[in-house]
Amino acid sequence: MQAESLGFIFLNAAIINNFVLALFLGICPFLGVSGKLKTATSMGIATALVMFISSLCAYAINLILLHFDLEFLRLIAYIAVIASAVQLVEMSMKKFSPTLFRALGIFLPLITTNCAILGLALFQTFRDYDFLQSVAYSTGAGAGFLLAIVLMAGLREKLELSDVPSISRGAAMSLMLAGILSLSFMGFAGLGGH
Amino acid sequence: MNAKTPDKSITADTFLRGLWRENPVFVMLLGMCPVLAVTNSVANALAMGLATTFVLLCSSTLVSLLRRHIPKEVRIASYIVIIASFVTVVDYIIQAVSLEIYNALGAFIQLIVVNCIILGRAESYASRHRVSKTLVNSLGMGAGFTIALLCLGSVRELLGAGTLLGQPVFGAAFEPWVIMLLPPGGFFVLGAWLLLFAWIKERQDRRQREAANLEARAHAG
Repeated sequence: MQAESLGFIFLNAAIINNFVLALFLGICPFLGVSGKLKTATSMGIATALVMFISSLCAYAINLILLHFDLEFLRLIAYIAVIASAVQLVEMSMKKFSPTLFRALGIFLPLITTNCAILGLALFQTFRDYDFLQSVAYSTGAGAGFLLAIVLMAGLREKLELSDVPSISRGAAMSLMLAGILSLSFMGFAGLGGH
Repeated sequence: MNAKTPDKSITADTFLRGLWRENPVFVMLLGMCPVLAVTNSVANALAMGLATTFVLLCSSTLVSLLRRHIPKEVRIASYIVIIASFVTVVDYIIQAVSLEIYNALGAFIQLIVVNCIILGRAESYASRHRVSKTLVNSLGMGAGFTIALLCLGSVRELLGAGTLLGQPVFGAAFEPWVIMLLPPGGFFVLGAWLLLFAWIKERQDRRQREAANLEARAHAG
């Protein structure tokens, strides 16, 4: 067991090893849903919520699988858990915030195939995090994802108004922006180890 | 036969469209995470490409075989379970073949499950076409994906470490651009490739427009 404090785990997941900009997880929504600041924010919040729920479930599932020596089923079990967590968030969002539900539309079910979420579940298993550490890790990862997608959306909204060469419009420009963003996040690397 | 099957014959296009016109990475922008994450060397890129191709082939063949037995309501869940099983197989195979590559790729082997290319193929192609055609198409898609990974991997390894497949290419005076091996390098190199393709496409479009203009003028004259 590593002697990492909870605060360090949180900061590590949110900033130093940001899931999107340093570990390349969840690039699809990061590039796909970052066109508008408002949608990006709600997408970030929904993803962070699913991350939190599925990380807790994955922790419990892992205990069960370890107890019965069924580690080879881990992947299948995790993906099933994530799909159900997404369903749960979708239903509760439909009930408690119908406007947000409509704004997110198709992107909600697509959270299932966001690799940041499965990645989170796998990483916390690899690192043998205990319960509290998993909670800190998943909230950190969620906050990091939210931060990255909101920053990106802000940049892209500004970019709409600027005059860029026609060949670089769209995906190529977004990738360059992401590269610069990732470069600036590397400045945090000195804060802690890997 | 399935009424939705539009064209039953297998042509060269079935294979080739995955390589260029519908290239999963450069055109459809699918499966970005492994593309950016594991392409810091050619060997990793190749291993990832082959692993993904294998999973893509096996899962779309099985989906295509079972396409009339999977109820519509639970199809996505069934596809995911099929894909996850094959990924588990690949995970153990790579672990057995080369522990070095296994450690380099890390969690990204298991993350093949959530690679949108595979689920996308299962949903949009394999569930509607017969087995042999699906097989050819996913082979093309897998090859396209592997080539895209190699495009990125070779540039990043060449500039970032000055080597290709571990062999030094430049002389000792070459100062490696370490940034290419780090995360931002992935974004920059992929962005540069997309710029290149957009440039080629724009040039083609302009040529076509000019040719059309000339023709119109010739008619008018």
